[in-house]
Amino acid sequence: MENFTPYSALIGGTLIGLSASMMLLFSGRIAGISGIIGGLIRRPPDVLQRLAFIGGLVAGGLLLLGVYPETFTIGIERSPAAIVAAGLFVGFGTRLGNGCTSGHGVCGLSRLSPRSAVATVTFMASGALTALVVTQLFGGSI
Amino acid sequence: MERNTLIAFAAGLTFALGLGISGMTRPDKVVNFLDLTGNWDPSLAFVMIGAIAVHFVAYRMVPRMGSPLFSERFGIPTRRDIDPRLVVGSAMFGIGWGLGGFCPGPALVSIIGGASSTLLFVGAMLAGMGLFEVFNRKVLQPIEARRYKAAK
Repeated sequence: MENFTPYSALIGGTLIGLSASMMLLFSGRIAGISGIIGGLIRRPPDVLQRLAFIGGLVAGGLLLLGVYPETFTIGIERSPAAIVAAGLFVGFGTRLGNGCTSGHGVCGLSRLSPRSAVATVTFMASGALTALVVTQLFGGSI
Repeated sequence: MERNTLIAFAAGLTFALGLGISGMTRPDKVVNFLDLTGNWDPSLAFVMIGAIAVHFVAYRMVPRMGSPLFSERFGIPTRRDIDPRLVVGSAMFGIGWGLGGFCPGPALVSIIGGASSTLLFVGAMLAGMGLFEVFNRKVLQPIEARRYKAAK
């Protein structure tokens, strides 16, 4: 467990919780990222608000690039085919399942939502199984 | 500019900093959390504990105000049923997450990192979301409409 970074994880997690709480307190909304992006295709009335959230994410990325560029390490070996498959599964799956790590994992679990609990257990389990297959059958690079 | 737009920008920025500081923008950290047999890294669980601890408290207090500060009403999901869509979709998401080490938020923030693999992932993710819209219109909605008719 030499890679374990409990303090930065807790600090980062607190910021994520604050972000979700800001959305709730001021706008009354859920900070579910897959829903914010995926919903754009339907041209909703709140398109500006969604774009602003995404703009904030990217602006945060710029700030991180300036002060902590190591956080953009990839660190795993994946072929372009594996990356495309991963992206398609994440995009399609989060929309079909109505949420991702932020919407179900953070916001939903904080609300004690049974749907989000089932979703989180399911994507953690299938993610663990997939990671296991990649390490054990493909030697960690696919 | 509308106040809610500014809040959304600030929330997105805070979210990105949280992801970056905790290292959740790194696919290797995510994969090392998911793979229990290798070099196990429990950091992701600590990120979720930190986030949920804060948001759990907010969720106990804020809805009691009656309405949010800058908006007329809360838009909080109320469904409690477990349907096949939820389970199948979440299972698919997990497969992609374990394979690529990215979920939607970290992938968007990492665009700035500029790795070609990240850009490829984000492109494929957006394509997957687009494919879902087609699937929803051609398959899911007709099924739901038929079910609604049968129930009437």
